[in-house]
Amino acid sequence: MSRTGGTPRAATAKEPVAVVGIGQTRHVAARRDVSMAGLVREAAHRALRDAELAWQDIDAVVIGKAPDFFEGVMMPELYLADALGAVGKPLLRVHTAGSVGGSTALVAADLVAARVHRTVLTLAFEKQSESNAMWGLSLPVPFQQPLLAGAGGFFAPHVRAYIRRTGAPATIGSLVAYKDRRNALKNPYAHLHEHDITLEKVQASPMLWDPVRYSETCPSSDGACAMVLTDRAGARRAPRPAAWVHGGAMRSEPTLFAGKDFVSPQAGKDCAAAVYRQAGITDPRREIDAVEMYVPFSWYEPMWLENLGFAAPGEGWKLTESGATELDGDLPVNPSGGVLSANPIGASGMIRFAEAALQVRGEAGERQVPGARRALGHAYGGGSQFFSMWVVGGEPPTG
Amino acid sequence: MSATPDPAGTPPVPAAPPAREVAVVAFAQSRHTRDSAEVSEAELLLPVLQDVLGQAGLRAGEIDFTCSGSSDYLAGRAFSFTMALDSVGAWPPIAESHVEMDGAWALYEAWVKLLTGDADTALVYAYGKSSSGEVRDVLTRQLDPYYVAPLWPDPVALAALQAQALIDAGATDEAALAGVAARSRADAAANPYAQLTGSVPHGPYAVRPLHTGDCPPVTDGAAAVILAAGDTARRLCDRPAWIRGMDHRTEAHGLGVRDLTDSPSARLAAERAGVFERPVDTAELHAPFTSQEVILRRALRLDDGVRINPSGGALAANPMMATGLLRIGEAAQRIRRGDSRRALAHATSGPCLQQNLVAVLEGDPR
Repeated sequence: MSRTGGTPRAATAKEPVAVVGIGQTRHVAARRDVSMAGLVREAAHRALRDAELAWQDIDAVVIGKAPDFFEGVMMPELYLADALGAVGKPLLRVHTAGSVGGSTALVAADLVAARVHRTVLTLAFEKQSESNAMWGLSLPVPFQQPLLAGAGGFFAPHVRAYIRRTGAPATIGSLVAYKDRRNALKNPYAHLHEHDITLEKVQASPMLWDPVRYSETCPSSDGACAMVLTDRAGARRAPRPAAWVHGGAMRSEPTLFAGKDFVSPQAGKDCAAAVYRQAGITDPRREIDAVEMYVPFSWYEPMWLENLGFAAPGEGWKLTESGATELDGDLPVNPSGGVLSANPIGASGMIRFAEAALQVRGEAGERQVPGARRALGHAYGGGSQFFSMWVVGGEPPTG
Repeated sequence: MSATPDPAGTPPVPAAPPAREVAVVAFAQSRHTRDSAEVSEAELLLPVLQDVLGQAGLRAGEIDFTCSGSSDYLAGRAFSFTMALDSVGAWPPIAESHVEMDGAWALYEAWVKLLTGDADTALVYAYGKSSSGEVRDVLTRQLDPYYVAPLWPDPVALAALQAQALIDAGATDEAALAGVAARSRADAAANPYAQLTGSVPHGPYAVRPLHTGDCPPVTDGAAAVILAAGDTARRLCDRPAWIRGMDHRTEAHGLGVRDLTDSPSARLAAERAGVFERPVDTAELHAPFTSQEVILRRALRLDDGVRINPSGGALAANPMMATGLLRIGEAAQRIRRGDSRRALAHATSGPCLQQNLVAVLEGDPR
């Protein structure tokens, strides 16, 4: 270890990272049958089974979740160490607000890319029934003004700004919700399975935070998602097709500052640009076959379509309206039903990343986009200020 | 006898050397105090970040990757780390991450980022305002939420259990522990940032066998480090403190399944980091209680010739979430000043040394 002299960049080309195991729980309002330890272990077991690996094959564990107040346990990785099979291993806990599920996967991927570890288990969870996420999201006075209740109260004004800026028809939000809830019927893990959903029912649901209606809002879920990430050698041994990481990035900006664009934050644009650059993507609209996008309130689909470069500014709602983002459209968005159909907050970003990986592995079941070769997983958090994304492909990255 | 077996499938050998040379090139900290009610977290942090960037001659936008460590439970509000971004100047947007752990683990994440080659510089910071609440009560929320936390055992009580086990095993006694406290605070007199320094009364029992003097102060404070790779490190400072290896390991949470008199996870992390390849001359140990220094000395095989906690350690200043990062920063400072050739830095998390990180730092031969 006492080498002197710098290592040139060329000698430190990154190890390609493969996703060889994915597992998630059925996301529901309250898992009263398991503890937090039971919940995370269920997802971890399923990911290990998918990869046909055992606990001893895992070199390190990277866990993520949103604020500790969502369960009422401070630094829960300590209590969860044995449930995660992490005793005697490195255990890292990431927290980057709502983007955390994505960030956690990226931190785990870096461990493999840097050749620090060969095979890493990464997991994200939230068990929101053990506390109250809405009030956890509503900071107490003096940290913010009174009467700001829940995330919807924070984001609704930004949705209104989007509508005013683009002239989008008032019905766009309901189209997204109707699509995502129908997609969720094809996803056995989704929290909401509304078999009798109709567009009229969405449009007739109560207004919560104008213009966001009850049916255009994410549920509050208990759930966990886990992935096994490994190197080239690990991918060769994998029993099922791997998803390969072609690019990954995180970007942050402050919560509030003069000139902040809440409708299309610069950090989101920069993050997407970095990921596309790494993946060699110049025309995301054509080169990406499926998108798992973090849409907790229906209107965020057209907003993020613009932010992520799938549509020109002001045109995102037209893409949604055209049907292009439907499961059988040319740019399917949230085949899984998305955050609108299951939202264990800390896990939601990782679910997006994992669902993107399932698509390129051809393992997405009824929600499979036929022939998906490259998919984007996207997560955001905080005051539209933290972004994490990855692009995965069915083939190893070139170069 | 250790109750915690070494992990299956992980032979206790050093990991391969890191793929890139990475060094600590700058380190800054706040003056640690009992109460900093006059400043917010962002205000506490701002001068520390300005200091560390100034040392490296960098501006906020010139850092490739930023990573921080903090805890919402200290602040008493969710997403508390988002406010700290105001002191970083995250505009234009930055590549940034956060761990809800001690800043030492944020440094680990940043170190890995540099090893991938995606970044050449990283800013790491951590802060904790223990004064915002009753930290002894707050830390009970770290425990198993179903079986242990409802009983509210606090960190002093848990450390006392550990200390008693150590005394019962014949590994130390109260007089020896008092010696650790006195040495730490005497050394801290030379540390302008420390909080509890000089001649401190050992005091009555806090929780038997621990006296008040065996326990850390309650501290508000912050720390920041800049990491840089290879030639960038050499360009930014005249004597980089190279990280030769770093590793961290966790143990089971349940105190009943652990041997509280030993720290197998610290020893394993040290093995993996390459600590035992050659002797170290200095060790900065994150031991908030005197008894934990005794355990770590044995687990890390540090003999009497090794200089332990010249900064005064956590017994002189214990800003939660920053104390571990301070150990790495202090060890790096000794290397950079030429006071140490090979130093060990250690950080811990959780009750009774549940989780441990070990780094080994060296300067270029002179």
